[in-house]
Amino acid sequence: MADLFSGLSLGFGVALTPINLMLCLIGALVGTLVGVLPGIGTIATVAMLLPITFGLPPIGALIMLAGIYYGAQYGGSTTSILVNIPGEATSVVTTLDGFQMAKQGRAGPALAIAAIGSFFAGCIATVLIAVLGAPLTKLALAFGPAEYFSLMVLGLIFAVVLAKGSVLKAVAMIVFGLLLSMVGSDIETGVSRMAFNLPELADGLGFATVAMGVFGFAEIIRNLDAGAQMDRELVQQKITGLMPTRKDLMVSAPAIMRGTVLGSILGILPGGGAVIASFAAYTLEKKISKNPSRFGRGAIEGVAAPESANNAAAQTSFIPLLTLGIPPNAVMALMVGAMTIHGIVPGPQVMQKQPELVWGMIASMWIGNLMLIIINLPLVGIWVRLLRVPYRLMFPSIMVFCAIGIYSINNAPVDVILAGAFGLLGYWLIKHDFEPAPLLLGMVLGPLMEENLRRALLISRGDWTVFLTRPLSAVLMALAASLLVLAVLPSLRKKRDEVFAETED
Amino acid sequence: MNLYSRMLAGGGLAALIGFGAFAASAQTQTYPTRTITMIVPFAAGGPTDVIARIVTGHMAQTLGQTIIIENVVGAGGTTATTRAARAANDGYTLITGHMGTHAASVPLYPNLAYDPEKDFEPVMLLAGTPILILARKDFPPKDLKEFIAYVKANVGKVNAAHAGVGSVSHVSCQLLNSILDIKPTAVPFNGTGPAMNALVSGQVDYMCDQIVNAVPQINGGTIKAYAVATPARNPSLPDVPTTAEAGLPEFQAQAWNAIFAPKETPAPVIAKLNAAAAKALDDEGVRKRLLDLGSVVPPAPQRTPETLATLVKSEIAKWTPVLKPATN
Repeated sequence: MADLFSGLSLGFGVALTPINLMLCLIGALVGTLVGVLPGIGTIATVAMLLPITFGLPPIGALIMLAGIYYGAQYGGSTTSILVNIPGEATSVVTTLDGFQMAKQGRAGPALAIAAIGSFFAGCIATVLIAVLGAPLTKLALAFGPAEYFSLMVLGLIFAVVLAKGSVLKAVAMIVFGLLLSMVGSDIETGVSRMAFNLPELADGLGFATVAMGVFGFAEIIRNLDAGAQMDRELVQQKITGLMPTRKDLMVSAPAIMRGTVLGSILGILPGGGAVIASFAAYTLEKKISKNPSRFGRGAIEGVAAPESANNAAAQTSFIPLLTLGIPPNAVMALMVGAMTIHGIVPGPQVMQKQPELVWGMIASMWIGNLMLIIINLPLVGIWVRLLRVPYRLMFPSIMVFCAIGIYSINNAPVDVILAGAFGLLGYWLIKHDFEPAPLLLGMVLGPLMEENLRRALLISRGDWTVFLTRPLSAVLMALAASLLVLAVLPSLRKKRDEVFAETED
Repeated sequence: MNLYSRMLAGGGLAALIGFGAFAASAQTQTYPTRTITMIVPFAAGGPTDVIARIVTGHMAQTLGQTIIIENVVGAGGTTATTRAARAANDGYTLITGHMGTHAASVPLYPNLAYDPEKDFEPVMLLAGTPILILARKDFPPKDLKEFIAYVKANVGKVNAAHAGVGSVSHVSCQLLNSILDIKPTAVPFNGTGPAMNALVSGQVDYMCDQIVNAVPQINGGTIKAYAVATPARNPSLPDVPTTAEAGLPEFQAQAWNAIFAPKETPAPVIAKLNAAAAKALDDEGVRKRLLDLGSVVPPAPQRTPETLATLVKSEIAKWTPVLKPATN
């Protein structure tokens, strides 16, 4: 405990210097902006800004880059809620209820609760890093390929629960997403799959390309439909309060709590932790809700829980980096690059050798979260006012931002054309009541699932029982199976209907 | 990515003053008169990017022009290399290639859109990054001799990790396996980070990887190193023997980075770039930063375009037989 307090005081000493405070603020602001602008993702931004940080002191550089990373989690919900475009994989589920709330004139409370949930989750997760960082690292190491595959299976079953319409159509979308994720090079042999000899497809389809297409562009086409125009005007007219009501807060508080716990745990896992966290949190809320049919129709818990979960996960995903020196995702790998350039190569001894770096970052995260809530709450009013901008002005700007964002990821014009094609596909899907969220989740989980299945089977020499003989994996499989049983067993039919099918509309 | 590049590590003001002075002197010379673009075929922050930034930062001062780093990623660096091969050969577009883009890609990508030897003018070798033979910390063999005996005896049981097809860890492990004449199960990961995670947690038994990623883990006791595949020991790991010392002299491998220009770039331009790069490697600060990364800085005789051309030729000859069977 004494260590903790001396560490924290060292950390705040580092983080509270004027230069580091300013860098933290810049990081938080840039992160918010990146999150808000559709298509421009955190990986692209951190890569773009990395060279600028080479002139800064290493701790300041890392504080700023970290600020961009978690700041984007705050901003990411904004476009999900306002225009139904998820900026990041982690905010896909936020579109489900967030955009519905906006349609009901409740964009303000949705944005505010997302910020409040993120703040709460960020604070708790930062404390977790400080107190339990080292022991939690063991969890990250205990997760081998078999455990990952089982987690992904569980994740796909969650994805079915997300559907508010036909279960069959949701399954079809997941499978389609899995297929799309297989475009590109085979991980084991390097052979090109479904790329039609196009070099642009050699590395697969980008998440942003598909997301901007099936959500962003498709939504715009739908809005330009004659019938939907009315709908749009409706949104503009009936904007009610900006802040959540007392009732909203009462309903959201436990959801935020649960989202934080789930997000903190799943965030530690390298790879897709934050994505799974966001929709595991949503699924949990839908499952334990007394009235699951509210979900997908503007339930505030459906915004509060996943937004808390993704921010908690964004914070705890620093644990493997800070305790082991192993970057758990692409953004962290870039941060390792930043450290390398400054001559710090992070490793298992980074906590002993560079305590001011580790504790400075932890302290700055708490300060950064505080800054973010102060930045974001007043912004709610501005964002909501944006909804009043006439749609004929709004949609070309969204198109331009999306196109720039998509282009900037790989400097590839083909990506923009692909997003256009996915826009048309997405429009067709909307018209036939297929939901795009399960498709995107299938696409995000697909590669993780395939790669880890193949790794697990390579290591076990083709023995499938490995998924049941490893305890953690077995628990996850059992959870997945029980969710499935719940859906299939006729004796539980009534329960299943409550959870899955709300086909009356 | 890549738009902004050079903010000199030393400090903005000094760079600005230096920049002004050099800009004036540049007018008296023909090349370079404008900004140079250096294509880096990998993401910002990776080993190649770090080396390119350290060296070009100093070269820019010598040449009196800004050098912008453009990170173009995809298809194991071959997307960027294709772009560089097709760029104007006026000396304003260069590429920091590496072992993968200019040698291992030949057997790995049958439809490669460029020829590393014919489509480029070699400029200079910048740095070599030694390869280590690594294992999980509780892997039974104690030294390289025991390791060789163990993997040969248990080839059906051991698992070797690598960071993806075509990565340095993949091709160097293929070389090791072909020397030992074994075919262990190769478990692919997406990048060095996840592969290292698997080794640290003991899910896989061994891998070959570049020194820069491994030093902190070795010093932290989370993994162990059997040997370094270079003729001399590395100063950052003085206790790790060379493969020759440990009984496997045939296994020599290091990842290397070098500057190339598109073919038929004028010889005076190449000479000027070569001189600037050589001057960078002689700079104490640049040298120290490269050595800190575990890199080997080429001595003066290895800094000519001709030695780089020879290196490319010999590397293609070295990797082609090793990697050909892997893709078939």
